[in-house]
Amino acid sequence: MAAAVAIGLPTPTRASLEPEPRCAHCDSPVSAVRVDLRSERQFCCDGCHSVYAILHDAGLEGYYAQREPAALERKTAQPSRRKFEELDEPSFRDSHCQPRANGALTTSFFVEGVHCSACVWLLERLPRVAPAVVEARYDLTRSALQVSWDPTKARLSEVARALDSLGYTPHPSHEANSSAEQRKGDRALLLRLGIAGAAAGNVMLMALALYSGEFSGMAEEYTALFRWASLAIATPAVFWTGNVFFRGGLAALRTRTPHMDLPVSLGLLAGYLGSAVNTLRGHGEIYFDSLCTLTFLLLVGRYLQRTHQRHSAKASDLLHALAPATARLVDGEALREVPAHSVTVGSIVEIGAEERVAVDGVITLGSSALDTSLLTGESFPEEVTVGDRVHAGTTNLASKLRVRVESAGRETRLGRLLESVESTQRERAPIVRLADRVAGYFVVAIVTIAAFTLLLWWQLDASHAIDHTVALLVVTCPCALGMATPLAVSAALRAAARNGILFKGGEFIEELARPGTIVFDKTGTLTEGRLELVSWSGDEALKAFARAAEANSGHPIARAFQRSLGATPLRSSSCREYPGGVRAQVEGKDVLIGSRAFLTDQLGSVPAFALRQLQTEAQAGRTPVLIAIDGEVRAVAGFADTVRADAAKSLKRLAELGFQLEVLSGDDQRVVDSVVQHLGVPVALARGGASPEAKHALITLRRSNGQRVFMVGDGVNDAAAMAAANVGIAVHGGAEACLSAADVFTTRPGLDAIALAALGARRTMRVIRTGITLSLAYNLVGIALAVSGHLDPLWAAVLMPLSSITVVTAALRARTFNPRKQP
Amino acid sequence: MSIIFLILPITLLLSAGAVAAFAWATRSGQFDDLETPAIRLLHEAPPSLEGAADSPPAKPTRGSN
Repeated sequence: MAAAVAIGLPTPTRASLEPEPRCAHCDSPVSAVRVDLRSERQFCCDGCHSVYAILHDAGLEGYYAQREPAALERKTAQPSRRKFEELDEPSFRDSHCQPRANGALTTSFFVEGVHCSACVWLLERLPRVAPAVVEARYDLTRSALQVSWDPTKARLSEVARALDSLGYTPHPSHEANSSAEQRKGDRALLLRLGIAGAAAGNVMLMALALYSGEFSGMAEEYTALFRWASLAIATPAVFWTGNVFFRGGLAALRTRTPHMDLPVSLGLLAGYLGSAVNTLRGHGEIYFDSLCTLTFLLLVGRYLQRTHQRHSAKASDLLHALAPATARLVDGEALREVPAHSVTVGSIVEIGAEERVAVDGVITLGSSALDTSLLTGESFPEEVTVGDRVHAGTTNLASKLRVRVESAGRETRLGRLLESVESTQRERAPIVRLADRVAGYFVVAIVTIAAFTLLLWWQLDASHAIDHTVALLVVTCPCALGMATPLAVSAALRAAARNGILFKGGEFIEELARPGTIVFDKTGTLTEGRLELVSWSGDEALKAFARAAEANSGHPIARAFQRSLGATPLRSSSCREYPGGVRAQVEGKDVLIGSRAFLTDQLGSVPAFALRQLQTEAQAGRTPVLIAIDGEVRAVAGFADTVRADAAKSLKRLAELGFQLEVLSGDDQRVVDSVVQHLGVPVALARGGASPEAKHALITLRRSNGQRVFMVGDGVNDAAAMAAANVGIAVHGGAEACLSAADVFTTRPGLDAIALAALGARRTMRVIRTGITLSLAYNLVGIALAVSGHLDPLWAAVLMPLSSITVVTAALRARTFNPRKQP
Repeated sequence: MSIIFLILPITLLLSAGAVAAFAWATRSGQFDDLETPAIRLLHEAPPSLEGAADSPPAKPTRGSN
């Protein structure tokens, strides 16, 4: 309300005369509350302010001069404020980093939020912000930043945090690891493409001479020369550069799966053999020009397809980094650090406050609160005491625990979970793409028509039967068909990436375009994933006391108090955290904040008004917290994980697109129900209390029943389910391991990117279908000409590029992932 | 016109030379990244030349807020 008052007051003349203030970092308008009249620069939020300060201190203000105005339309990325601790684990170093000369290590990150050349400029000056970095090189095509840093000066997590503080959230990528092999493949394909292009150009020149010769007459010896030269160039072009198609066609035959390479190989082989025989005989039609163009154009499609595949880190590598690599073993009186996987069952390990648990086991000493959100997705910390079970990957929030080990390493629940992610991904059946399915029918149709043509002309004019059949096979070779999909998909992938949606491969666009069930995780996906103070019953003035008492704690409830209530002038002293609550002295008053059990324990009883309020809060799916001042319960606060602002709208759009919506969460059923109610969108199924294993089992069951399921999630607990789904989608800000298990992930906050992904996928499919229809139409013309015996090489040479140009234009002009366009 | 019997092989030889040059360029990684160098060109000083020798300014501090 302070904002309204501030706006209402007559402000000093300077501010009122000037235009609306704009953020010095991201250029968005600055709200009146945030305007600081003492400063000449204004900032829209703390995030922008801190990025500006970092750039200013590092002398990198040149960024603002280089930035293109267009880049400002997209909101500058915000720091995620993650800690990136998993990057410091030795297992991560082993799997993702390569040593370089002079002791430096190199790794590669996928970086979010790179829009323009100024971003590239800034990223490559990372050494100035993080002095341990020796060199940073950005690759725009692969969105990969290669970082070399000195491990003796800084840890990788510090480098990652420096990147994040600039607003470019880094994600570990396998690019550096696979790059040697990957790059070799890329180069080999590019080389084929270049040779095919050179061959096509040269053969076309000779074909031009031959075609002109047909009209104006040409001496026999020159014709022979051009024909033989064409054969000489086309032979390596077809068999060496076109080798990829023959191999693909052979594989398709062997595995009996429909594939585009089958009709392509058929056309190439028939065309080459027919033309080669005619060259040897010295008369008859030759198609070398068409064949070479065909190989070239098809390789262009293949190249586009290849360069748009993204390689993220393997989920299993990252999951290994989720649990600490060492455990503190209790050995008599002494404590020893030992590798976590070597801990034997039955031994005792100690876990300090704010430490992550490395093993599965049972608590033998102490009680504390555990943050289990990584494993279960539960937003509220779990109170644990002697006899309770703890799992690797959870975080001990409050006090020291001793745990008797039940399993370690791969045998832990986390280890088994990651194994199921890995095995599910390995066993997943490849997606048969639309163009390949069409090609399957196509090849049958072509063979039938070819046989018919051969028989027909055998009866009519046996000397031309073979020629006409070869002509048919050449002209129907699905050049445009083979280009339609890669082009449409590569254009769509670029558009999607610009709008914050990253597909790991084009096949997922096709998969997402078909209707099915979308299963949402709740915590962190439909909701913000963190607790907020949403209700307060009691004296408003007490909020300041609660805020002061919770000022120094890292407990999720304390963080929620800090976020929701802003700074307070009150000072607290002698804060002490207990399992389930906190006690502090604030301005001479004794403040107790905690759960019902904690306050009952401390005060003996809880008054009736508080009990009633507790009931109300629990029914509403909120977490109640009691506040007592000087031994008397005075207020009840309700905490809940708030639903994302755009969730209801996005879900409604998805429902309109024909998707069935479901919610599957590890959280309490009541919480799930309250979220679904809040959304106000009809949901087919809302289930709470689902463990990661249960989620995985449910998705697997659906798929084995032939249903199409898409899983949207953000946590490790969703990773296995996402790997099992037709398409796994990770939302922005999700756990790294979850991003790796996902097939699609969004790089901007909110759920509207998912609605846009589904819509864009549909539009892309429409473009692909148009392309396929167009190319089939051209083929129909070609078939008609060939069967009737009117097709000569000139017609084939004209028809093929014409159809390709049509398809290319259609694919490139399409607007697929543009959020402004409505269908 | 019989000069064509000489010119054609010469043309093909020239083409072969171009293809060989392309093969060399591809193998040495000239085409690995086709987008970033175009942007890097516009930056006033290449960071690889500044390198680690460029003494970084005072230790960056976190934002004041």
